[in-house]
Parts: sequence; C-alpha cells; structure tokens
Amino acid sequence: MTEQDALFDYCLRIGDSSLIIGHRLSEWCGHGPILEEDIAIINVSLDLVGQARSVLDYAGKIEGKGRSEDDLAYLRDVAFYRNHLICEQPNGDYGRTIVRQFLFDSFHYLFLNELVNSKDDFFSGYAEKSLKEVIYHMQHSTKWMLRMGDGTEESHRRVQEPLNDLWRFTGEFFAVNEVDKILISNGIAVDLNKIKPKWKQYVREIIEDATLTLPTNDWEQLGGKEGRHTEHLGFILAEMQFLPRAYPDATW
Amino acid sequence: MTKAEEEFQAKIDRDIKIEPKDWMPDAYRKTLVRQISQHAHSEIVGMLPEGNWITRAPSLRRKVALLAKVQDEAGHGLYLYSAVETLGTDREQTIDDMHSGKAKYSSIFNYPTLSWADMGAVGWLVDGAAIVNQVALQRTSYGPYSRAMVKICKEESFHQRQGYELLIHMCNGTKEQKEMAQDALNRFWWPSLMMFGPSDTDSPNTAQSMAWRVKRYTNDDLRQQFVDITVPQAEFLGLTIPDPDLKMNEETGHYEFGEINWEEFFNVVNGNGPCNRERIAARSNAKKNGSWVIDAANAYAEKQRMKKKVA
Repeated sequence: MTEQDALFDYCLRIGDSSLIIGHRLSEWCGHGPILEEDIAIINVSLDLVGQARSVLDYAGKIEGKGRSEDDLAYLRDVAFYRNHLICEQPNGDYGRTIVRQFLFDSFHYLFLNELVNSKDDFFSGYAEKSLKEVIYHMQHSTKWMLRMGDGTEESHRRVQEPLNDLWRFTGEFFAVNEVDKILISNGIAVDLNKIKPKWKQYVREIIEDATLTLPTNDWEQLGGKEGRHTEHLGFILAEMQFLPRAYPDATW
Repeated sequence: MTKAEEEFQAKIDRDIKIEPKDWMPDAYRKTLVRQISQHAHSEIVGMLPEGNWITRAPSLRRKVALLAKVQDEAGHGLYLYSAVETLGTDREQTIDDMHSGKAKYSSIFNYPTLSWADMGAVGWLVDGAAIVNQVALQRTSYGPYSRAMVKICKEESFHQRQGYELLIHMCNGTKEQKEMAQDALNRFWWPSLMMFGPSDTDSPNTAQSMAWRVKRYTNDDLRQQFVDITVPQAEFLGLTIPDPDLKMNEETGHYEFGEINWEEFFNVVNGNGPCNRERIAARSNAKKNGSWVIDAANAYAEKQRMKKKVA
C-alpha cells in the first residue's frame, strides 16, 4: 500500500463515518420526540454531512482520478465504504439513537482533538473547524445520556439495552490497520492507542453518572475500516444512491 | 361597542400594534390563536413531504440544503408556537387539537412528494404562495405575529429561490428531468392556488379579520398576486401551467385563470386528501413515541433540583 492509497483510505474512513451517521440522523427529520430535539438532531446531521463533504472532496483530490465528493458518496458500493460499523446501525427509538451518538461523538471529539496536530494541512484545518461543531454534539448526546439514564425506569431501560447492543462496535474506533501504521509513522494520522484510555475514562464516567451499567462483554466487532459491513449499509446506500444510479446521465 | 372595544379598534385603525398584555376582544384573541397555530402546524407538517426526500437527495450539496430548509421550517414552527403562547394558549394543547383533527394546517401538505422535482416545486410554488401570504402578514395588527413574519419571510424567500434554482437545473437537464419538473408543476399548481383559501364569497371570516387588520388582503387578491408573479416564472422554465383557461387580460394587466376545483379543496381540508392520514399519524406518533423522552428529562430535572436542595 502506498502512502497515497493509505491517505485516500483514511479520508474515506473519516468522511464515510460522518456521512453515514449524519444520514441516519437525517432520518429523524420531522419525527423527533419534541420540536426542539428535531431541530437539534437536524443540526447535528447537517454538521456531519457538511464535514463529510469536505473530506470526500479532499479524498477525490488525493486519489487523483477526478472523482468528486458526489462520485464518492453516490457511486461506491458497500465494500468500498470505510465508515465505522456503529455509524450504519439503525436509529431505533430516540434512546438508541442517543446511545449510538454518544459513543460516536465522544470518540469523534477525542479523535479530532488529536487530528488538529496532523502534519497534513488539510486534516489539521479540518479538525480545528469540525471540533467547534463536534463539541456541541458531544454535549448534546452526553446530556441526554444523563437525562435518560437517570430519568425514569423506562428511559433507563431504553438506553441500557442499546448500550449493551452497541458496545461491541466501539472496539473498532481504536482498531489499527495498515493505513494507520503508514500514516502514523509520518505524523499524519491519529495514534488511536493514545485516545483509547481517554475515551474509556470519559464514557465510564458518564455511564456511571447516568446510573447505567458498563457492558461487560468486550467482544469487538470489526470490519468497517476494511469494507466488511453489517447488513444495514446496503439499504442506506440503495436509498441514498437511487437517483444518480437510476439517471446516470443527469446532474442535479 | 364598549369603551375598551372602541379604544382597541381605534388603535388598529391607526396601525398601532396590539401587544400581548394589551386588552383585546376575546374573538380577536380566538381568531389569532386559530390562525397562528394553524400557521405553526403548517410549518411542522410541512417538514414531512420534504423530509421524505432528504435520504434520497441526489447530491450532498442538495442534501445539506434540504436539511437546512426543513430545519428552518421547524424553527418557524417554534417562533409561531411562541407567538400563540403569548395569547395564553398552551402549545401542546394546540398540537393535540391538530392531531385530533380539530385544528387545521395548510392542505397543500396533504399532497405526496413523488419525485425529486417536487422538492423544487414545493420551494417555488408552496413557499412562493406562502411568501405572498406572509409578506402581507408582516403588517398584521398583532405585534408578535407581525414580527415573526418579518423574520420568517427572509428565510422563505431564500427557500423559494432555492426551489426555483433546483428546477432551472432540472429543466436544463435531461429529457427525463424536464418531464419530472413538468409533472411536479402539474400536480402542485392547483393545490398551490388553493393555499390562499376559499374564494372571498365563501370566506366567512374575511370581513372581521380585515376590520381587525389581522388580514390585510382578501384570499382572492393574494391568489391573483401569486398567479401574476408565477406564470412568467413558469414560462422562463419552459414549463406549461396546467390550465387551458389561463390568459393575460391586457386591459387589467392580470392573468385570468380557470375555475378552482373547490370540491377537492373542501375534501382535502376535511381529511380526504391523499396523505392526510399519513401526515397526522406521523406527527401524533412522533409525540406518542417521544413522550417517554420528555418524561425522562422532567424526572432528571426534578432529581437534580432535589439534589441541589439537599446540598
């Protein structure tokens, strides 16, 4: 794998994760539990899709084959997507969405917080800009974890269950593959081992404050970073890519 | 007329805004609650037909623009519910009235969005018609409603241009894209004209609303204004308005247009439109399925309050 290949793959990992989880959040539009939350969740979705655009645009330039952000988003099949598996998991009820978002936001924040030091100018600038948004995402999902965990018996159950279900996808945040190794050596990528203990600590604290129980099953479901996804991504893409696939000659 | 009523009407006649704490006749208050909450519900239900295409937006730029637009609508709903609350009516009560069918929302949102071109047509025609209405309402007599309209109009005119730009792009695109645009116009033209409400002869509330300056123009005046603005825009797109009777009257300088199907209008208002049941179900399910979230937030806030008290 060349450095260019690794960099392209790394862009996809970051951009696809934001795009797919942002897409999932956009499914809430018009159906949120209360108007204020509808607005908040659309806002997070908007930020994430916006971030995805900028990284995918950069990915196209790194690849050098003339592919645009839209070519990359709309004309790649499942096996070529590099997002974390957690991002593609279904919304479920608002509790499940919040748990998924909390686990992702807390990682995302710590990740970007390191990426600002990247020797790649695009990444450092991107991280700095995105952090301003992601800090709010993390506050939003953290506050809801606390309210739901330490709210009513029902709300407690409605976040504990998805926490147990989704926990297996969190190991992937820190799974290192060849792409990381190549890019860490030249100071471009984030050393995931460095942020792992910070993430564990933060998540443990919030889970405790929320009177929830930290899942004990440490099985790690990996694969997204290599393009091996869960069954859900195919349906997301079928829906998302419908128009450009059905009308290949059209621009929109 | 009592002295209070006389003073109230004198203020209206001098174009002095009525503010929440001012005295107002009960019927004025009731009219405003009905009209503003109906407007708020329209913003919220209006999120659904457009939300329908967010996950299928054909480019990331369009996806972001559509998300932002729908978010604006949620924001408009929020201002308007706040305006309703200044009149002493609880927001959730008005929402429950909408779910039960007692309160209405704009019937246009009971029509389905079937192709991507509908995102353009909704912006161009539906927001376009809404702007004509809302520009007039900027001068409405109730202060909070009038100020909400000023803010909302700025965003709506951006949405309208965005929708129109989407259609320009499609009309300059492939044959299929242009067909989609024409089909969207065919489906949305008449319902857009219906957005202005029944003809003046059949609009029982108009005279009183005009006297109170809640309304500044009649339904038919506003409808005519919309037609006059929109027909040249359709011509520019190279699309055909689906009305064989449409023609410019050189003497009046206005377009004459065909008879609106009022039977369809009253049917859709009364629940028999293509998507009425789906729209209400989506909104009432959102509330029903979200109630535990609100309960959790309240329970948590209460626990925090107790903790503070103890400490």
